Parts: sequence; structure tokens; C-alpha cells
Amino acid sequence: MRTSLGATTGRAARRLLSSAPALIGVLVFTFLLMRVLPGDPAVFFASGPNAGQAEIEAVRKQMGLDRPIPEQLLRYLGDVGTGQLGRSMTTGQPVMKDLRERLPASLELTFAALLIALTLSIPLGILAALRPGSAVDHGVRLLCSLGVCVPTFVSGLLLIYVFYYLLGFAPDPTGRLDVFAAAPPGITGFLLIDFALTGDWEGWRAAAAQLVLPAVTMALFVIAPLARITRASMLAVLGSDFIRTARSLGLSRTQIVVTYALRNAILPVLTIAGIVFSTMLGANVLVEKVFSWPGVASYALDALLSSDYAPVQGFVLLMAVIFVAVNLVVDLLYGLADPRVSIS
Amino acid sequence: MSPLLRIENLSVTFATRAGPIEALRGIDLTVGAGQTLGIVGESGSGKSVTAFATTRLLDRAGRIAGGRILFKGQDVSRLSGKEMQALHGAAISMIFQNPRAALNPIRTVGLQLADALRAHRDLSAAAARARALDLLKAVLIRDPERRLDAYPHELSGGMCQRVMIALAVACEPALLIADEPTTGLDVTTQKTVMDLLARIAAERGMAMILITHDLGLAAKYCGRVVVMERGRLVEEAAPGRLFAHPQHAYTKRLVAASPTPNSTLADLVGETRPAGSGIPAAPHPAPPRGTALLLEVQDLVKRYGNAAAVDGISLRMRPGESLGLVGESGSGKSTTSRLICRLIDPSEGTILFDGQSIGDVPARDFHRSELRRAIQIVFQDPNDSLNPRFSAFDSIAQPLKRLTGLRGAALRARVMESAERSGLGPDLIDRFPHQLSGGQKARIGIARAIAVRPRFLILDEPTAALDVSVQAMILHLLDLLRREDDLAFLFVSHDLNVVRMMCERTIVLQNGRVVEEGASETLFARPQSAYARELLAAIPHFDPGAPLAATA
Amino acid sequence: MRTLAVTAPSRAMLGHLAWVLRRNPLTALASAGALALCLVALFSPWLTPYDPIASDVPIALQPPSAAHWAGTDQLGRDLLSRIIAATRLDLAIALSAVGLSFVVGAVIGSFCGYAGGKLDRAVGRLVDVLMAFPLFVLAMAMVAALGNRVENIVVATAIINLPFYIRFARAEVNIRRDLGWVEAARAGGESHASVVLRYLLPNILPAMAVQISLNLGWAILNAAGLSFIGLGVRPPTPEWGILVAEGARFITTGKWWLVAFPGLALMLSVLCFNLMGDGLRDILDPRQRT
Repeated sequence: MRTSLGATTGRAARRLLSSAPALIGVLVFTFLLMRVLPGDPAVFFASGPNAGQAEIEAVRKQMGLDRPIPEQLLRYLGDVGTGQLGRSMTTGQPVMKDLRERLPASLELTFAALLIALTLSIPLGILAALRPGSAVDHGVRLLCSLGVCVPTFVSGLLLIYVFYYLLGFAPDPTGRLDVFAAAPPGITGFLLIDFALTGDWEGWRAAAAQLVLPAVTMALFVIAPLARITRASMLAVLGSDFIRTARSLGLSRTQIVVTYALRNAILPVLTIAGIVFSTMLGANVLVEKVFSWPGVASYALDALLSSDYAPVQGFVLLMAVIFVAVNLVVDLLYGLADPRVSIS
Repeated sequence: MSPLLRIENLSVTFATRAGPIEALRGIDLTVGAGQTLGIVGESGSGKSVTAFATTRLLDRAGRIAGGRILFKGQDVSRLSGKEMQALHGAAISMIFQNPRAALNPIRTVGLQLADALRAHRDLSAAAARARALDLLKAVLIRDPERRLDAYPHELSGGMCQRVMIALAVACEPALLIADEPTTGLDVTTQKTVMDLLARIAAERGMAMILITHDLGLAAKYCGRVVVMERGRLVEEAAPGRLFAHPQHAYTKRLVAASPTPNSTLADLVGETRPAGSGIPAAPHPAPPRGTALLLEVQDLVKRYGNAAAVDGISLRMRPGESLGLVGESGSGKSTTSRLICRLIDPSEGTILFDGQSIGDVPARDFHRSELRRAIQIVFQDPNDSLNPRFSAFDSIAQPLKRLTGLRGAALRARVMESAERSGLGPDLIDRFPHQLSGGQKARIGIARAIAVRPRFLILDEPTAALDVSVQAMILHLLDLLRREDDLAFLFVSHDLNVVRMMCERTIVLQNGRVVEEGASETLFARPQSAYARELLAAIPHFDPGAPLAATA
Repeated sequence: MRTLAVTAPSRAMLGHLAWVLRRNPLTALASAGALALCLVALFSPWLTPYDPIASDVPIALQPPSAAHWAGTDQLGRDLLSRIIAATRLDLAIALSAVGLSFVVGAVIGSFCGYAGGKLDRAVGRLVDVLMAFPLFVLAMAMVAALGNRVENIVVATAIINLPFYIRFARAEVNIRRDLGWVEAARAGGESHASVVLRYLLPNILPAMAVQISLNLGWAILNAAGLSFIGLGVRPPTPEWGILVAEGARFITTGKWWLVAFPGLALMLSVLCFNLMGDGLRDILDPRQRT
């Protein structure tokens, strides 16, 4: 790899800058979201719906809601910049605090699912591409066709039925931990890591047991697109001219498949993996609802259904930030894996 | 002693959706150690299939249906994958068309060379790198130390092909098969690459099979040439004899259709009339002096960003005149043709057509101009110059409807007339592009352009994608139409021989500028500029009757 | 004479289509399934064995039986009737959303792809950004902003589909804009607008049809997902997502049919549209077979 550290950092900075318009777009969107919603924002930010008229007026003035819209937008951007996302009506806490408490739950679920999906889909895709037309290939294609058709909320519920109700393997599918189990001290917020750090393997196993079904549910949904793109891109690369060159030079099959084909084929997979991660953030909403998982998505959903809009706004913003971060990571990985992009 | 390679009665079939297709129907050929064999033929003749069958690199769909391929007495077609792997690179190597695609895009040149070396030799990484450096030096790559760490996209097409040569000869194979190694490269690059390839093969005593559609190339670099047609081998001889006295009817046609420095259009289509009758050797009588100019282009510039594709070109044409525009890729010849055709807007300069300034009419609005009818264009690749959803009739009729307002029976009559004049039978008129051959599509492109009765026709490499026998007929047709309609031609081409036959005057372009201009006869006989001389010298000639230029 | 020329190839095309479907039984089956779904949606009021809204509490939560093939729900409503009745709403949402985004996206995308330049690059970048954003979250937020109504589910689904069509049309037009026949059309006196609308758009339509078919499945999933979490359609209106949501409450007590049958309906309809799309792509462009 000739890409020096300096070039990579420069690239990262450029990408960050170029995602600024997207972030600003989301900010303006969430601002408008608040303003066009039925009802008066001042009511939300006052002590509650029962607040007196005078109090609401005071809040309105204090929040600057009597100012012209552009000025309000600027104030809003300032608030977001300082981490003030408002207060949730349902929990009564600042949205920022709620989100920070719940984010690890969502991330732990998403990462676990991504790990499961990647470790299954990439080998499957490669196997299918190496033997096109074989039984493995047909199996993978069938799996891909079926996988994208089953909605996460259905597959999640069916998994609960089979593994909890019928077989009794899985624990009660509600939340991250059994109600009677003791939570580990909050170090990272990721239960598996916290339990491991404190050496509480009993707790670790309990947390893992809770995690398996929702993570598998989410993974099932994204295995199909990942395996599909791996297979397609591997097939395309295996049919390309430079693989023929490698064969004409007598390179070993392992070297052709791994060094020549796979390293090229992984590039489109990387791009799709970023989109897949995004999809999973969206699918979080459904999976967290099915498994009563105490993450940010179910928090936002509950708020949305009870017309409590500050958490929704905070949630959308959080998603935008994660999305920018994920894209940045994918982009940097891509830059490392493909020398051609560092030129343009 | 048995020859290095002996192919006996080889047949290959391809499984397609429409059923099996016989690509090779029993061919026999031999190559001795150190010999150079040329395989020539037009598309579909099976010349590349022969190469891929010999190296066992056929697509999945292709299968060796019969015959033997004996390499050093061993039947290659019966070898296992492992045994074949040991032969690849070490005993038989290949060089491919499209060198850029043939190299791994995300691996450095040095590592790819090292891979090739270490596939057959027990070398440390450092030793392999040192050896790779030697190889880069051997293929005359400038600054080889730095190029070791370069990726293919950082090299030019010619350099990529040199790297490919280095890869192929890395383990000193006894047989090198080059499949159209210079197709797509400019003529000067082609010469350096071919000279290098011939020298390396000679120095290392390698036998070489050169597969090409270019008879000149085969004549110049091969000791023996075989001609293939539709999966069969039709003739085999030393190039001098083959091209001077072709025996087989197909070889005769092929040789006749290939332009040479002295050929005329009549020669190409094999018209054997006595001199003085039929088509004159001089393409067209020069227009009388003093006629008003048809086209006058002054200081034309087209910039894309900071780079100028066209950098101050001026030219003049009289009615009925034919002007050739030649140059290598990047010379700006295609951009110039599109500027004059008013498909794109110039950055600077004036274009006067028939005394009217058309350069300042935006290309966006030129379709409404009176002169749209007068200036028409024929495009390069017949495959993508026709709307896939239009029948031949629609393709010809659409511009007529737009530009002349013809409708109904009159429209149909004009379409049929243009088609007929372009040599397109009435039975083909309702076909769609995918049901037509390349030559037929080229004829539709011509019919479409002449249907509106233009006065000025731009031809942008009209035959570059066609086989030589088809090219000969199309060139002949164009010349005939020009004579009948008194059309002016701006003929854009990279093929100097073709331009010489088609045009009275020629302009040579390099990097968007005119480097030389003059009457075609003089320019080709006594080029003044160094660049034009270099271009002319780079064309591989085969000269019936003349001694061989080079022998392997 | 011209009419002859037009009908001859179209008859040939029908013959070709029949041949292709015979060669690809799976595609034929999927297309038949998609057609059947549309027919069920059209005639659903006449196909339901029971009233999909009428409750009959004494027979609540019965497993599948001869009388109630898919069982009954917590209010004793016939589940099969509710699933059939839901077909119309689900397909209508998906079809109108995909139709909307196809028309808007194809036009925007082709003009951008043809024009090129700064605007095109800006649109391209915007589309890439949008596509990488969690689209389901975007749809949620839009439904929240616009109001929790069925029309807004359609709008939200259309908007999150839009980037796919813009990108697709852009890419397809972009690879064709410099081809000989496009320039020939210009030389033949066509304006830019007419080149896009009469030459390029018809040429990219077959490829767009594949995209439409694939997106229909995705739109169905999205709409069902939104109503599953309580947005858009409200109970007691029968809708597949709602049926699953209602059944979810009883899954831990083993009432599997409440989830399994609406889930099966969802899955089969998505499967039909996806397989049809895959088949279409194989037929149109065998090189892209995956």
C-alpha cells in the first residue's frame, strides 16, 4: 500500500467536508419537521400539555419562537451544536441523555447482526461464484431470493414462536437482560463487553442469549443482498481479462482466487456494506419493537406514536451522524483497498 | 525433430442459447522452435479461438470437440488442470488484446511480475523484485525503478502492453502467443510495441504466434502466415508469396481489400478493368479554382476544463472537395468533426458554411437551422450508430420527416431510394439493428445521412470497426455517392492509406493542432513534417512483390 | 404499409415472449403469481369467504380449520378474509408509490444524465447521499412531518424510492448519450428535449421495467413495515402489516397463524415481484445474470 497516512487523513478531511451538505440538509429537515408539525412547539418544551397559557408564552419568548424563521433556524443550529436537543415529554429527560443511554443497545444489536451477516454471506457468495450452476450456487440463489422477501417483523416473530414457544431454547424475548438478572456496571454500555470486562460470564451468557434472536432476525434480512453482491462481483471478476492473464501465467488457484479475484471483488461488497448498515439502522425500528429492545429506535418510535416530537428529531439527527460516520469509514476502507480512487 | 507445436484436426464448439456453434472445424498447423507464425483472418474466422484452445483458456462455453494439440509431443488438450498450470507461463505464454484490462488493476506492476516469476521459480520476494526490475528494463520502460510500484491505471496503453510482454516472457516460455497485441493502440505505439516483441522473441529464441487482422503486420513480423476463414485454414505460405500470389479465392479477396501505399479504390473491390477506364486513379477532379468556399474554419478552439482538445485549427473546403483529417488518438480529429457538424459548441473561432457564420449558432438550436440539412455526418461504430428500437426504415425516415417535412408515399419513396443507393436491399428495410450485419448497419448510417440530400458530409472513421473486405465495399460506395451527388467530404480517419485513396487533400493533426497540410499525393509521397514522416513510417506495409522488410 | 411493418415485429415479439417464458418456467410462474395478486386485489370483495370486519367473539383465536382456513383473530374475524381484503390496499399503496417515483425519477434522471455538467454531478451526489441514508427512518420522519395518513405513506414510499430511479435513469442515459445514434438524431434535426423523450427514454424503459418490478416488492415491505409500527393505516382496516402487528401480541402464547399467514401473503407477493424482475433482467440482458 503506497497510500501514505497523510494522504488518508487528507482524504478523510475532504470526505467529512463533502458530507457537510448532507448533514446540514438533515438539520434543516428536522428543523422544518418541528415547525410544520401540528401543534405548538412551545407546548412541548414547557412543563407539559397542562402548562398554563402564561408559561407557554414565556417559553415561546425564551425559545425565540416569536422571531422570524431564519433567525429561529440559526438558533436551532446553535442549540444542536451545543448538544441541546430538547426534552422528551414521555420520559421527562433531556433527549440527549436518553439517546446516550439507549444508543449502545442499538449499536450492540446492529454490530452483532452485521457480524453474523458478513461471516455467513461472504463465504456463501464466494462458494456460489466459484461453482456457478452447482447445487451450492442454486442453494445460495434460492436463499437470496427468499431472504429479501421475508420482512424482519415476520421472521422475528416466527423465530420467537419456534425458539421460545415451541423449543424453549431462547429466553423471554423482551429486552436486553432478564428482569431478574443484575446489570453490569455501565462502562461502555455494550452489555457483552461490560460483562466480559467485569468477568461475569454468567451474565455474559444471559445477555448473549437475549441478543441472539434479534441479531439473527436482522442478519437474515441483509444476508441476501450481501451474498448476492459478493457472488455477482466475484463472478464478474473471475470472468475478467486479468484473471485470464493470471491463469495464462500459471499462477496457483489459491493465488488467483484470493489475491487476484477476491481482493478485487470485495470492493463493490464494501460499498454495499455501507448501504446495508444503513438499512439495518432502519430495520432496527422494526426489530426493537418486536423484541422490546431498549434502543434508540424504539425510543423514537414510542415518542412518535405519542406525538412527542423532540426525541424523533434527535433520533433522525443521530441517524444522520452515524450515517456520515459509516460512510466515512467505508470510504476510507475503499481508499485503502483501491489505489485508483486516491488519484481522482 | 518434431516441431514445438503441432495442431492436428482441431475443432472447437461453443454452446450458445441458439445451440452449439462450430468455431473451429478441423485445423492443422505447426510451429517450429524459434519460428514466427502469423494467423490472419477477419472477425469470426476462429483465429483467436485457436489461440485460446491451444492455451486451454477458452470460456466455459467453449469446448475442444476433437483433434490434438501437441506441444513438445505432449497432447495439451488431455492435460489436467495442475499439469496445464505448470505449462502456463513457463512453457506457453499469451499476450492479450486490451492490455489495460489484462492487468490486475489493484496490484502494482512489480508485484504482478513477482507473482508470475514465483509461480514457477523458487525465489525470495527480494530476488523476485530484482528480477522484475530487469524485466521492466528489458521491455524498455523508462524509469523502471519507479514503475515497479505503479498501478496499471498510472501507465499508458502502450506501457501496459510492455508490462504484459514482460509478464509473458518472465519465465522464458518456448512459445509466445500474441492475440491482436496492438489493436486499439496508435500506429506509432503499435510499431514500438511490435518491434520490441519481435526483438525479445528473437533474442530469447522463443517461437511466436501472432494473431492479427492486419495483413501488413503479419507480413512485416512473421516468417510464415496462415489465413483462416470461418473456422477453417484456407492457405499457408511465406508472407511474400502469400500476398504476391494468393492461391485461395478468399485470400485473393482479402489481399485485394487491404489498403496498401499504392492501392486505389478500384483495386480494393477487385475491379480488373484496364487502366484508363472505370474509376480513375486520381480520386476526383480538383474543383475549379475561384469557386466560392463551402466551408471556412478559422482558429477553432475547444477547451474541456484547462485542456484544449482542439487548439486553433483552420481549414477551407470547396464544394465537392474531399478533405482528409488524420491523426492519432487525442489529436482532436473527432472533436473537430463534431464542432463543424455543430453537435458541440466551440470555445473560440469561426465556422463559415456557404458564407454564413454557423459557429455562433448554439449547438442547442442548430437543429432549427436551414443548414442542418446541408451538413450531415456518418458515425464510426455501426453497432451504436443506430437506435436499437428503430427499424432501418425509421432510422432513415426520422431525419427526413424532421428536416424536409416529407410524409406518406413521398417519404417512403425517398427512404427506399436512399436505401437502394446505399446498397441496402428493400427486403432489409423493416429489420431492426440486431438483425443486421455490421456492413448493413454501416449502409443504413450512410443512407440516413444522404437521404436529406446534404451538400457536405462528415465521415467520422466510417469503416474503423469493419472488416477489410466490408471496408472496401463501403469506401467504394462512398466514393460513388460523392461523385453522383457532388458531395463535399470531410473524412476523419486514423488510417492513412484509406485517407490517401479517398481524399484530394489531407490535414495531419497532432495534439489539437495542424502539423501538415497538402495534396494527398504529395503529402504521402514526400511528407514535410517529422511527425507525418513518423506516422507514415509506422504503418506496417505489405508490398506485393517487394522483399520482406524483416524476417524473424 | 407502415401498419404492416409495426404489427409484424410486435407479433414476433409476442411469439418471442411466449418462447422466453417457456424457457424460464420460474419467471412465468412469478409473472402468473403477480397477475393473480392483481386480480385478487381487484376482485377482493367478491373473494372473501367472510366479512373481513365483522367480529364473532365466541370463535376468537381459533387455529386453522376447515371453516376458517387461516384461523380467526382475537375478535373472531376470519383471518383469510382479512388477508384477501388487505391485498387491495397493500398493492394500491405500492403501485401508486412506485409509479409516482418512476415517472418523476425517470424524467429527472434522464434529463440530468443527458445534460451532464455541474447540475448533474450535484444531483448525482445528492442521490448517493440519500440512498445511503437509512431510508426507513426517513420514511418514518416524513410520515411524522406530513401527518399520519395513508396518502402520506404513499408519498413517503415514493420519495424514498425516487433516488433509485433517478440514479438508474441517469446511469442508463449516461452510457448512451455519446452513442452514434443519439448524435445522429441531433444531426437529423431533433432538439435536446426530443432526443431525451423520444429516443433515450424508450430505450431505457425495458431496463426500468426490471427496476419497477424489483422495487414493487421493496415498496410493499416498506408500507407494511410502516403500518406494523403503527404509522399510516389504522386498525381495523385490514392491512398485512397491521395483521402481523395484531398477531404479534399472541405469538408468545403460540398463536402462530396470526403472524404466519399475513407474513406468507407478504412474502409471496414480494417473491413474485422480485422473481419477475430477476427474470426480466435475465431476458433483457443475460450478461447481468446474478
